[in-house]
Amino acid sequence: MSGLTTDEILHLSRLANLTLSKKETTTLKDQLSDVINYFKELKKLRTDDVSPTSQTTGLEDVLREDQVDATRILTNDEVLSGTDKTHNGAFVVPQVIDKDL
Amino acid sequence: MKTPLTINELYTALKNKEYSLVELLDAYFARINANHDLNAFITITDDYAYQKAREMQEVINNNPNAFGEFPLLGVPLAMKDLYLTKGIRTTAASRVLENYVPAYSSTVFERLEAAGAILVGKTNCDAWAHGSSGENSDFGVTRNPWNKDYVPGGSSSGSAVAVAANMALISPGSDTCGSIRLPSNYCGVTGLKPTYGAVSRYGVVAMASSLDTMGHITHSVEDSEKVFAITSGPEGKDSTLIDRKYQKLTGENKYKVGIPKEFVEQGISDEVKSSIDSFANWLTDNGHSVVEVSLPNTKYAISVYYIIQPAEVSSNLGRYDGIRYGNDRSTFGMEAKRRIMLGTFVLSSGYYDAYYNKAMKVRTVLIEEVNKVFEDVDVLLAPVAPTPPFKLGEKAADPLEMYLTDIFAATANLTGIPSLAIPTGFTKNNLPLGIQLMGRKFEENILFSLGKKFQKQTDYHTKTPQS
Repeated sequence: MSGLTTDEILHLSRLANLTLSKKETTTLKDQLSDVINYFKELKKLRTDDVSPTSQTTGLEDVLREDQVDATRILTNDEVLSGTDKTHNGAFVVPQVIDKDL
Repeated sequence: MKTPLTINELYTALKNKEYSLVELLDAYFARINANHDLNAFITITDDYAYQKAREMQEVINNNPNAFGEFPLLGVPLAMKDLYLTKGIRTTAASRVLENYVPAYSSTVFERLEAAGAILVGKTNCDAWAHGSSGENSDFGVTRNPWNKDYVPGGSSSGSAVAVAANMALISPGSDTCGSIRLPSNYCGVTGLKPTYGAVSRYGVVAMASSLDTMGHITHSVEDSEKVFAITSGPEGKDSTLIDRKYQKLTGENKYKVGIPKEFVEQGISDEVKSSIDSFANWLTDNGHSVVEVSLPNTKYAISVYYIIQPAEVSSNLGRYDGIRYGNDRSTFGMEAKRRIMLGTFVLSSGYYDAYYNKAMKVRTVLIEEVNKVFEDVDVLLAPVAPTPPFKLGEKAADPLEMYLTDIFAATANLTGIPSLAIPTGFTKNNLPLGIQLMGRKFEENILFSLGKKFQKQTDYHTKTPQS
């Protein structure tokens, strides 16, 4: 049985922007390895000539008129209502650009 | 007063002035308070509800056509806490959103409210709808009203419990892989998973976008159909909706019903098997034909589901950064972390083809297989889950074991077809049993027609737990 290594778990947690405790890392390594191992049954089914399905509606390129619907516009206060960290009517976000650059 | 079991019963009582809407709500909130230990609700909206009740009572008193204009007038409504409700806290049962108050409402809630329904509260569920037992809520487990040591089924756990224990008359849930049908089955109530593309997902916290469907839980099939007639159809906000109006069936039709042998051959409990046999007998007694059919590749459905769903989860939950609303990512619970990690893995460089792309291809095979069977039969009869309700904690430590609970639910979500879960009896330990009927896309009307006929001749859906 192949499984995920601790390094792979830590790599995935960085990709997903999750911080895991040591215990969580160990638990997830074992549990996800089990689940991924279960997926191996799919190899038994040949699908070389099959197209993938990403959705079931059969709809393609659903368009609407490019018109503003005033009933769906939130006020600035409503948009900001989910956070206390605002400044001059805008969201305060973590700094991502180094000041010294 | 005795709370009603159907909308008809409620309307008769209101028309006969047996009670006012305020008295009706008194009775529901008394039940909600008395059943606090079931933990079915995250937020109780009593102030809102009484205000609405007074408004609606005015309508009843002054508008002679009140019940015609408002098809859900005064119906006590509980929304799964995944549905945004403007000005009313919406948590998705996660600490990430524990203080989130949305600035707009979901389409389903808007439509039900406009039809006259009265919100009594937001129901508990597995956080982000991730779960089959109701045990993954960050707000505590929900208990089965038939036996508090057992799980109510998930993820729409609180919704099924609220209806089963008469704390609401109708309750919308969401079904991504059985999350309406399983708790309905485990609590002895009726649950609809509609066709993908029938009911708007607008304003509902997204789990897995190609699989999420917005259905509801009621006591009776008749009420399920009434609610579906209101919630279904496009509104210009969810672009996956197909433009068609729901058509109720009239008259008596005879149907050919298939039982997929792979769903009943092995791995299911004797009591679940016998509930399938009994329903098949009821069908033939009523002039329908029942045949065995084969869906050999549905055995891969749970693998396909547990690749596609976490992939979509990892994408949908990527937006929760705690900047615009909600808490930061350190507040995700363990099951959400597990699914985000699994989804990130199957989408990651080097594994995409082996897992995600492969799963999407097997999904195509499943769809073709199901379509082929529906050329021969009109409806599929199957169990909802392999066993009756299990005990709290029994599967909590083993995610794979828990995931396999969904093995019979996955087919309908992966292929987009509708499914109706109906109560059909009780185990020897007095826990609910039931079945699911699956139909062709947009043929909910056939499922409702069969379900209504069954419930005219049986009374399982009228049984309620003693509490």
